[in-house]
Amino acid sequence: MSDQRRILITGANGVLGCVVARHFLERDPDCRVFLGVREKRDDAEALASCHAGRAFLCPLEVTRADDWQEAVARIEAEAGPLSVLVNNAGCHDDALLAHMTGGQWARVLDANLNAVFLGCQAALQPMLRERWGRIINIASLSALHPPAGQTNYAAAKAGVIGLTQSLAKETARLGITVNALCPGHIEGAPPAGWSVEQLQAARRQTPMRRFARPEEIAAVVFFLASREASYMTGAALKLDGALV
Amino acid sequence: MASELMLEVAAGDITDDGPLFGPEGIGLDSVDALQLVVAIEKHFKLKISDQTKAREILHSVDSIAKAIEEAGLG
Repeated sequence: MSDQRRILITGANGVLGCVVARHFLERDPDCRVFLGVREKRDDAEALASCHAGRAFLCPLEVTRADDWQEAVARIEAEAGPLSVLVNNAGCHDDALLAHMTGGQWARVLDANLNAVFLGCQAALQPMLRERWGRIINIASLSALHPPAGQTNYAAAKAGVIGLTQSLAKETARLGITVNALCPGHIEGAPPAGWSVEQLQAARRQTPMRRFARPEEIAAVVFFLASREASYMTGAALKLDGALV
Repeated sequence: MASELMLEVAAGDITDDGPLFGPEGIGLDSVDALQLVVAIEKHFKLKISDQTKAREILHSVDSIAKAIEEAGLG
């Protein structure tokens, strides 16, 4: 593999996606970062213009297989085979199961789990050819310790961990590592609909008395994407300030 | 094949007509099959996308060589 890594980060307009992208751009001058975005793309656009020639917008609806194939082909044509995939895009739609609609269940499973399947399948093609790759799936602490009201989200994220661990076994001999991160609350990306009081209570419950800074999650993503993390695969890392 | 798949068997111990998979083979598994498909495409430009065909082609060293020859890529 050449020294230059081609990195695709989905959900790159969100708080965590943007910070992860910036982390790569600031620490690896050779890398090329592709920012997976949908309609909302202001922050990703600003990042791309700050790092012109190294960061590029990559329109991608993660629930569509064709979009994935096009994105991976485009990256290969413009910069070379994809070497790192960060599956960061996702969504919540919390409700008690008794009141959850089929649509709420399906949408959340589609965006959080099916999208990861599609992304991994598309990314594997260049990675298998190169016999090198890093896949980092952003799961959630909800996968390991699901709260009430998140049956859809917790099931999807637990599915991401299962997918990660199974795929890691399939690719262990092929130079491709696959890992999942399970962050708890992240500063700047609070759960939708939470009041200030609820957020304060959640901080109090965390032994560190604070939420994770996005940079702290990005640093772990950066390590998992490195050559040095070559023996680390199939892990589901909890990043929660010792909450559980 | 031995080095590509990091096998513990020496290349000389792999017979041309013996099965590569199954209890009478040299112990290759489905991940080895995936590796073989990628390696064959990389070295001989033979793309094997059909699973049933893959099973036939990857049966033995002979069947792999035959498929490469038949595709005019050998």
